[in-house]
Amino acid sequence: MSVSISIQNVVKKYDKTVIIPDLSLNIKNGEFFTLLGPSGCGKTTLLRMIAGFNSIEGGEIKFDDAVINDIPAHKRNIGMVFQNYAIFPHMTVKENVEYGLKLRKVPKDEMNKKVEDILKVVKIDTYKDRLPERLSGGQQQRVALARAIVIHPSVLLMDEPLSNLDAKLRIEMRSAIRDIQKEVGITTVYVTHDQEEALAISDRIAVMKDGVIQQVGSPKQIYTRPSNVFVSTFIGSSNLLNAKIKIESGKKYVCFDDFSVEMTNLSEDIKDNQKVIVSVRPEEFSLSDKGIKFKIKNSTFFGRYINYEILPNKDLIAGNQPYFEFTQDLGHVHDFFEADDELCLSPNPLKINVFTEDGEKSLIRDVKENE
Amino acid sequence: MNKGKFKFDFWTIVTIIIALIFAVFLIYPLFALFASSFKDPVTGSFTLNNFAKFFHKKYYYKALINSFTVTICVTALSILIGAPMAYIMNAYKVKGKGILEILIIISMLSPPFIGAYSWVLLCGRSGVVTKFFAEKLNIHLPTIYGFLGILIVLTLKLYPFIYLYVSGALKKIDVSLSEAAESLGCNPSKKVFTIVLPLILPTLLAGGLLVFMNALADFGTPMLIGEGFNVMPVLIYSEFISEVGGQANFAAAMAAIMVFITSLLFAGQKYIVNKKSFTMSSLRPMQPKEFKGMTGVFSYIFIYLIIILSIIPQATVIYTSFLNTRGSMFTSEFSLKSYRTVFSKLGQAITNTYLYGLIAIAIIVFLGMFIAYISTRKKNAVTSIIDAITMFPYIIPGSVLGITLLLAFNKKPLLLSGTFMIIVVAFVIRRLPYTLRSSAAILYQISESMEEASISLGCSPVKTFFKITAVMMLPGVFSGAILSWITVINELSASVILYTGNTRTMSVSIYTEVIRASYGTAAALSTILTLTTIISLLIFFKLSGKKEISI
Ligand SMILES: Nc1ncnc2c1ncn2[C@@H]1O[C@H](COP(=O)(O)OP(=O)(O)O)[C@@H](O)[C@H]1O
Ligand SMILES: [Mg+2]
Repeated sequence: MSVSISIQNVVKKYDKTVIIPDLSLNIKNGEFFTLLGPSGCGKTTLLRMIAGFNSIEGGEIKFDDAVINDIPAHKRNIGMVFQNYAIFPHMTVKENVEYGLKLRKVPKDEMNKKVEDILKVVKIDTYKDRLPERLSGGQQQRVALARAIVIHPSVLLMDEPLSNLDAKLRIEMRSAIRDIQKEVGITTVYVTHDQEEALAISDRIAVMKDGVIQQVGSPKQIYTRPSNVFVSTFIGSSNLLNAKIKIESGKKYVCFDDFSVEMTNLSEDIKDNQKVIVSVRPEEFSLSDKGIKFKIKNSTFFGRYINYEILPNKDLIAGNQPYFEFTQDLGHVHDFFEADDELCLSPNPLKINVFTEDGEKSLIRDVKENE
Repeated sequence: MNKGKFKFDFWTIVTIIIALIFAVFLIYPLFALFASSFKDPVTGSFTLNNFAKFFHKKYYYKALINSFTVTICVTALSILIGAPMAYIMNAYKVKGKGILEILIIISMLSPPFIGAYSWVLLCGRSGVVTKFFAEKLNIHLPTIYGFLGILIVLTLKLYPFIYLYVSGALKKIDVSLSEAAESLGCNPSKKVFTIVLPLILPTLLAGGLLVFMNALADFGTPMLIGEGFNVMPVLIYSEFISEVGGQANFAAAMAAIMVFITSLLFAGQKYIVNKKSFTMSSLRPMQPKEFKGMTGVFSYIFIYLIIILSIIPQATVIYTSFLNTRGSMFTSEFSLKSYRTVFSKLGQAITNTYLYGLIAIAIIVFLGMFIAYISTRKKNAVTSIIDAITMFPYIIPGSVLGITLLLAFNKKPLLLSGTFMIIVVAFVIRRLPYTLRSSAAILYQISESMEEASISLGCSPVKTFFKITAVMMLPGVFSGAILSWITVINELSASVILYTGNTRTMSVSIYTEVIRASYGTAAALSTILTLTTIISLLIFFKLSGKKEISI
């Protein structure tokens, strides 16, 4: 039933503006795949090309081995969940869910059974005779999901389905969506601009920027080994430091001013004295006697941890970041810092990422752009 | 999918059919009209004589001057009445506001010639009021015929447009704007002129133009009450009627002049509105306050006086319809004689009105929904042209449309003149915009993802339109259709040119009865018409769930 999706060199243009210049992706059968990127990068555009609502100006999209470019949307057998749910307001919950089955001429008893089952799966069976206007946002979302899944679509497409919900419900619904997807096992393409949501829900993520895929990989890969500076700053937060490579008697170091750390996982094609950008996440710093010197600018107390805004020597700051961040987990710490305190921090060489000076390429061994 | 290829789908076919309909029934007739205005009546060769004749003879061009004079006065007076009234009704707690607004709407939607004719009944040469003043008080009232009569009747009929437009705009002004002004030290009257007035100015312009167009195009009122005061629609009509048999080239030339002027006005207004428009939306609309001091007294006198004046025609007509008649005079005892006469002699006019009206409405609903859909969801060059053409009824006066259709369809293969079809065509063209606009308005509120959801579930786009989109559009379509219906059954200026003995409608019959001085039957017919209008209006309020209409 479910299919794999292969997207090969697709192009999207609106008149003369190119939105997606040349994009290729392979989505495996049954996986939960997320398109993640800042707003306006073309996620919706790509999703709607898969759905058949947008024309394709070049390249091919295949479901398994069948090219679907010229198949109209209503014959693609897709399930789609919209940002505004798009529940038909003049039909009850049950009628909404039945809609696709009726079009497929499913026999009455089979249809009733399917509807009952799916309403149980999404936990709204008690509301089946209600009109949608009397449902909460979360409940409407469940109806939309049930309606899309009940037809056993080849792929399930979701465009920012949680963005209209409040924060708490968003977290609840995202695990519900994840559980339901695993239970029915449909290939799912999910669009979001919320990196935390993407990390929590996906099997694999494609990070997009300006219509171009930056990296494809599991949430862990993308977070720990971003393939370029954009990914490292878009997923989570990263401090970007100017540094230089030093190679001495076979050992490789990155040097920040007068402090250097030995790295064991740098790729082979680095050169001595090469300028690089090092990305250090706020939790990858640790207090030490020797290290990079910082001055505390400000601190914010979050309960579980403290977030410090810290300032190093100006030359260390790459680009135009106003300050760096450093977080202290309160589980293991006893002394806190105040504004204007000075401290030494050393980055964890096993965690930090090193990029070329232009930020386009990772210099860590075995980091893949496309996994 | 479609790599820029032309796709011959359902909506393409719909677009083509609609384009054809407009081409045949609107573009071609207008073209024929303009062509005929440049033809010599005798030789049929090209000439500018028809236009020259118009601008050389004072009798003709005076009508244009008269039209402008009275129209400008009507517009100014309507604004002076409608705008303050809207402000008072929205800013203060006015007792009986609900009823008052319904009365305002009724006086707007009833045909203006009913107003003209009952003012004649009251203040005409042998009118009740005239006689009362002359015999009891020995005061001779100024004559109601001519400029004054047209001014009174049209103003009382048209100020409601301004009222409704301005009310709508006032409701969109967030109270925080006026609070901000007050906190900056602005006093209430200054606030009206520095904040409120500028904010409603674009609306006032749009409403003013609507009044202007309506006043300029109105035929029934000046015909009944204008007497020596000749205006363009009456002139065109009488020239046309006396030219019948000929090619009506001179009437066509005058019609062309009018369309030219109205198009200029319309274009000018579009230009100004586009430059000046801004969108407002209010979270907290202005809350009505209690009156303070003498403002209340003056406000009540003003509002009640105007509304009573504007509802007097309806009341007079209904009252007199139940009076016995002797010749053209009403006697003082009650009787159903007028109704008996109506049903025995003019029953056909009633059935015609409902029949043609319903046929026209059916066509209007279909066209309205389809045109609204293609011009909002299938935007392309052709659909935007269609969208623009649907504006034509705003700039073509009814009597001009009547002449246009008659000239275009008086010979084979499209011989429609004299049939009921030509009247239905006129109805559809003139009253389509109400349904079209409310259909388009509701369509803008229906998210496209509704349709996409249906398509993604396996429903073809065409089926989706009928199963989802059309069903969701219905409330909007319906409220527009009722407005179209009310204005269809009250239509006079085009049908008076297009009717024949067998195809007369109620409003045409009222008009001819008044001309023949059978005031009793005219009153009875008017009452039936007014009643139908009120009932339709009540259905409209019930269905739309509010006490407002947008025009
Ligand atoms: N119908 C359209 N016509 C022209 N440009 C469009 C259209 N739809 C989207 N775009 C443009 O395509 C780009 C990507 O849009 P979209 O796919 O909606 O972004 P995302 O979903 O990632 O926020 C944006 O710059 C947007 O302005
Ligand atoms: Mg989007």
